[in-house]
Amino acid sequence: MARVIVMGGGVSGHTAATFAKKWLGKDHEVVVVTPNARWNWIPSNIWVGVGEMTKDDVTFELAPVYHKAGIDYRQAKALGIHPEGGSTHGDKPYIVIEYTGQGKEGQKEELTYDYLINATGPKLNFAATPGLGDANGLGEFTVSVCTADHAEHANHELQKVFEKAKHSKQTVLIGTGHGMCTCQGAAFEYIFNVEHEAKKAGVRDNLDIKWISNESFLGDFGIGGLHMKRGGYAASSRLFAESLFSERGVNWTIGAAVTQVEKGKAHYEQLDGTTGVIDFDFAMLIPPFAGVGLKAIAKDGTDITDQMFAPNGFMKVDANYAAGAYENWKASDWPKTYQSTIADNVFAVGIAFAPPHPISKPMKSPSGRDIFPTPPRTGMPSGIIGKTVAHSICDKILKGKNAPLHEASMAHMGAACVASAGKGLTNGTAAALTVYPVVPDFETYPGLGRDLNYTFGEIGLAGHWIKHILHHMFLYKAKLNPGWTLIPE
Amino acid sequence: MKEIEKRIKPYDANFTTMVPTTFVKAMRTCVLWQIIRFIVINIKMLVVVRKSH
Ligand SMILES: Cc1cc2nc3c(=O)[nH]c(=O)nc-3n(C[C@H](O)[C@H](O)[C@H](O)COP(=O)(O)OP(=O)(O)OC[C@H]3O[C@@H](n4cnc5c(N)ncnc54)[C@H](O)[C@@H]3O)c2cc1C
Repeated sequence: MARVIVMGGGVSGHTAATFAKKWLGKDHEVVVVTPNARWNWIPSNIWVGVGEMTKDDVTFELAPVYHKAGIDYRQAKALGIHPEGGSTHGDKPYIVIEYTGQGKEGQKEELTYDYLINATGPKLNFAATPGLGDANGLGEFTVSVCTADHAEHANHELQKVFEKAKHSKQTVLIGTGHGMCTCQGAAFEYIFNVEHEAKKAGVRDNLDIKWISNESFLGDFGIGGLHMKRGGYAASSRLFAESLFSERGVNWTIGAAVTQVEKGKAHYEQLDGTTGVIDFDFAMLIPPFAGVGLKAIAKDGTDITDQMFAPNGFMKVDANYAAGAYENWKASDWPKTYQSTIADNVFAVGIAFAPPHPISKPMKSPSGRDIFPTPPRTGMPSGIIGKTVAHSICDKILKGKNAPLHEASMAHMGAACVASAGKGLTNGTAAALTVYPVVPDFETYPGLGRDLNYTFGEIGLAGHWIKHILHHMFLYKAKLNPGWTLIPE
Repeated sequence: MKEIEKRIKPYDANFTTMVPTTFVKAMRTCVLWQIIRFIVINIKMLVVVRKSH
């Protein structure tokens, strides 16, 4: 009997674990180690953050779902990986976990594995910018929508500002809270949902809504922007993003790193060296992401974390980490199998793998501060990568150790994304986008880097309906209800 | 359209952007048109999803 351990029960880990169990059946063990008791459909946190949904609408208890699937669920966080074994386990690799629930809070345990998937996602690194959030993310000065709890807190603060806006002018600041943030899409959704809700609440005229981000142009989204066919042109996402910001009366400050936050004040530096302060009454600034801080230890007790993980804490996999300058980057730098560089039976999926380099062009301010988006790994690629790695591992277990690994490079994969711009059955809107491939391939598609036949976008009510249907579909799928495998990632 | 135009100031950042006309804005929430777009967008997305798996 083989044991597969999945660290992290989020989008990619849950996908990997549930498919692995389905394919391996009762003869093999699948263990999920994750500190959260509830699964969260993160994209809908945006609607929790404006009071259109509750935490219960976007989360569900994991224990009954894993029980039904026959998955061994440990409500715990992984602390370290011992890929060569050691302790009382001989050569058998193992991980160390610390329980966060199930009545064993604080207890540590060692779990051996045959195959390990690291799907631990991001650490929300609020500490990288002084004054941004706090250790729990529920900031004193700024709020976040990255978890369902953060989003509930954000809505609580937002409603206070809406209340004040009934009598006086208020300023809302939304965007990224550091020079090297990713996830601009989430901030983009939140700002337009806030604007939409402000109109509904009758306080829009008293609300000055401002955007700040580290993108060098609006519509970069951490993927270097995209082009789509419109009116006989291949038009840049910049045109559409700027158009939407103008239409909805949102001012923007871009190419900006938030350097410090105080009560009601965000200090920033821009790519041209300009520095400034934006005063606000409410701010939702996305924190930068880092790896969750797992350690790697050799059999003799040596710390080999720097061999297994990149300096930002994400796990090194089969990517080309030596590509160098932007001009040398190639689509082929991106990982295909997600196998660890130092252990054949360890893989990293979703946000947990270390990208070879950003997608957007790196830029610095005259003072040397890095100001550019780091690469996003959105839901669809995270799910596909999780499923592909589960497939590779199951083949190795069922067909033999020499079974070839399956591949899912973000440079050969598209993404469908729906960015909400306001919720409402007849007056909601969302930007529905597809991009192919996610990582631009300038060798295959010179100039624009993407296939214009599969890269498109439009905003409208239809996009909102799709976003709403996806909310229910993905929760249905994650709960493993009948027919769940038919719903694509 | 008038509402949007009112907010634009010459030589501000939003002066050089394209802004939707009243017709374009109305079509975004026109239920009949959006039902058609719903079908079209779903097909386009499914093609990309299939190509990516
Ligand atoms: C507000 C917001 C809106 C978004 N909207 C969209 C959208 O509309 N469309 C889209 O495609 N994507 C969207 N995304 C991105 C999407 O949520 C991510 O791509 C996806 O969640 C990444 O999956 P993951 O499994 O890598 O990480 P996660 O889903 O974050 O899962 C990581 C899991 O690991 C667990 N974990 C953490 N530390 C440990 C540890 N030490 N040991 C074990 N487990 C651990 C965490 O508790 C968590 O359960 C959004 C993101 C945010 C923040």
